[in-house]
Amino acid sequence: MSGNEAVAHAIKQINPDVMPAFPITPSTEIPQFVAGMIANGEIDTEFIPVESEHSSMSAAIGSSAAGARTLTATSSCGLAFMWEVLYVAASNRLPIAMAVVNRGLTGPLNINAEHSDSMGARDSGWLQIYAENNQEVYDNFLQAYRIAEHPDVKLPIMICQDGFITSHAVENITLWDDATMKKFVGEYEPDHYLLNADEPMAVGPYAASNYCMEAKKAQTEAMKRAKKVILDVAKEFEELTGQSYGFFEGYRLDDAEYAVVAIGSVCGTAKDAVDQMRARGLRAGLLKIRVFRPFPAEEIAAALKDCRAVAIMDRSEGYNAVGGPLGAEVTAALYRAKSHAEVINIMYGLSGRDVRVEDIEQLFDNLVKLGDGEQVYDETCPYLGLRE
Amino acid sequence: MEQKAFHYKEIQGRQERLAPGHRMCAGCGGTIAVRNVLKALHPGDKAVIGNATGCLEVSSYMYPYTAYEDSYIHNAFENAGATLSGVETAYHALKKRGKIKEDYKFITFGGDGGTYDIGLQSLSGAMERGHDLVYVCYDNGAYMNTGIQRSSATPRYADTTTTPSGTHSDGKPQGRKDLAAIIAAHNIPYVAQTTFIGNMKDLYTKSEKAIYTPGAAFLNIMAPCPRGWKYDAPDIIEICKLGVETCYWPLFEVVDGKWILNYEPKKKLPLEDFLRKQGRFKHLFKAGNEHLIEAFQAETDRRWEELLTRCNA
Amino acid sequence: MSNLKPYERAEFINESTPWHQLTDGLQIYEPATSRQFHTGEWRTNTPVWNTEKCKQCLLCVPYCPDSSIPVVDEKRQDFDLDHCKGCGICAKACPFSAITMKEGK
Repeated sequence: MSGNEAVAHAIKQINPDVMPAFPITPSTEIPQFVAGMIANGEIDTEFIPVESEHSSMSAAIGSSAAGARTLTATSSCGLAFMWEVLYVAASNRLPIAMAVVNRGLTGPLNINAEHSDSMGARDSGWLQIYAENNQEVYDNFLQAYRIAEHPDVKLPIMICQDGFITSHAVENITLWDDATMKKFVGEYEPDHYLLNADEPMAVGPYAASNYCMEAKKAQTEAMKRAKKVILDVAKEFEELTGQSYGFFEGYRLDDAEYAVVAIGSVCGTAKDAVDQMRARGLRAGLLKIRVFRPFPAEEIAAALKDCRAVAIMDRSEGYNAVGGPLGAEVTAALYRAKSHAEVINIMYGLSGRDVRVEDIEQLFDNLVKLGDGEQVYDETCPYLGLRE
Repeated sequence: MEQKAFHYKEIQGRQERLAPGHRMCAGCGGTIAVRNVLKALHPGDKAVIGNATGCLEVSSYMYPYTAYEDSYIHNAFENAGATLSGVETAYHALKKRGKIKEDYKFITFGGDGGTYDIGLQSLSGAMERGHDLVYVCYDNGAYMNTGIQRSSATPRYADTTTTPSGTHSDGKPQGRKDLAAIIAAHNIPYVAQTTFIGNMKDLYTKSEKAIYTPGAAFLNIMAPCPRGWKYDAPDIIEICKLGVETCYWPLFEVVDGKWILNYEPKKKLPLEDFLRKQGRFKHLFKAGNEHLIEAFQAETDRRWEELLTRCNA
Repeated sequence: MSNLKPYERAEFINESTPWHQLTDGLQIYEPATSRQFHTGEWRTNTPVWNTEKCKQCLLCVPYCPDSSIPVVDEKRQDFDLDHCKGCGICAKACPFSAITMKEGK
């Protein structure tokens, strides 16, 4: 099944209470599948066909605060349109799940895969978990509520996948048993909710400056606590399914001297490149980031500690004249860990631009030169596959 | 819906669902609107109150003080309609699944800013989808919370900080938008326009109908603002009365698409009686500006005649 | 409400509250905590209720923006001076001149 279908299947197994949604390519299929499942009596989720994405997140906030397990799905400008209220969802500590099918933000209008949408929301306080392939996005979505609703966390969560590359491409995946998954995901039982007849609740105050720093500290501590919860939930999921997940996947990374760090579907291509380089005798490895928020800085730095050179691949421009968001965060993590690795940030795959195995093999060749002290690049973040 | 008898004293004796201690200005019309709408909830009935950002929200839920006896949610400026749509849908989902047992009503409040303008999209969506909720607009005719800027609800020639009167300006050039008509065009069961008259019977009965009629309902309440309209707070009662008697703010309902006029003044007062009481129209009374009052009067007359036609059709 | 920890109650939340004792998401789990805030301190004019002229028509009650004319057993009580802001609308609303505004608190 396609990545969108896989998410829809997870939704079916969860049977959440409410889903407001608005169509946008390439996430549109998800609300369509859900509407179809409701129409055929397969689930009894209440679907709200809202009139914009700002309203889908606003309605999700209302619904989640009311005590209902809520989700939505979007991409690109849809996510951008809800930017204002993403912050409200997180600051109100509402465990809303959102399937984000990554597509570049407009300018120019384009419908293909890029991470600028979810990267643009990286400061909003949402948990962010990315997938390489259809199996992963399905598995991630099943774990989403267990992480988000945990009393130590109570934060909204984005489950991301690359637009068209995984959302529409069909792969064979393993589906888990309905009853097992229903039991694993469990019920949403908030301590406080608007529709609690025994206790009224007020949500979304104006707060004078004397409260705000403390409130934000509390929110950031919840994000920190999410790290342990993510691993605990992954462990439980592994016991049920045999699928192993963590903050990231190290592919042939243990003894690697040259590593590529990346998020999403490009990692499939990168793994092939790693295998090719290994066959040629190079100690190449891949660090595939799964959890971007919270950012597992220490753990990433530790995994890369023996590397001579690292290429950090970004599928989103930061327009900061230095590189992309992943490049910035990984480099900072390496600096804090006093790493001696040579680092290069690579901008790739913008608006769905294809990346080939050979491109990454070339990248590894360059990493070797970098590691030897050669000046390979004259920019901090060169573009891969650019016509010059 | 069958109209119950109006037991005034019993109504006034009901629990105050908007408690004192909020930070609204002394004499605020918005709070009078909210108090009286909430009085229309039958004793013991449960409700969730929604609120768009604005004067009401920042003053009635300022951490850690909420002025509401019921559950309350504020989200952002433009999404009161969408937010409460989510709450109402959650209610249906949870009730259906047996997770909650009680009955709830859903009422959301927005100022004219968060309703006529930036909130119009989400209001329209909520009304069109037919959620069983009431959207109440406390219309004070400008973005008061940010310091009296014009909205599409601001009347013609009003002086606001973004349409100030001056040597090259007569105040707001456009007339006010007829939001009740726009919402009536959504074909919802109940729309009404009202304000503070006499013993509040008009406001009360319309609120009760809006709350207890199944489906979407919209109430537009003229809620004068002593600061923005520039009058002495106690004059609010007279200003509301003049608003109605001059036909600037007609009292009407649209019930299942049928327009009903609730009050026709025996003697229609000249608009300037209403304008004269408010400092925001002071410039209209300067010598040489008579044509402005005439133009505003002509607009008021035209709209009144249109309303009469609609109601008699 | 009895399940609330003490520091989750509005009466204990103030500018000295440390971050880990603020309610999650700055939510409030009690009704009408605003009563704890005495807006009566804002007043520069105070309403005076003449019980002899008052006919208990209750016409003043719905016009108070601050819900500061309590009603018990369908009879109005004296003003809630902890919260009354002295706007003077009630004095105008009364058809029997049973409410007058005096200067000062």
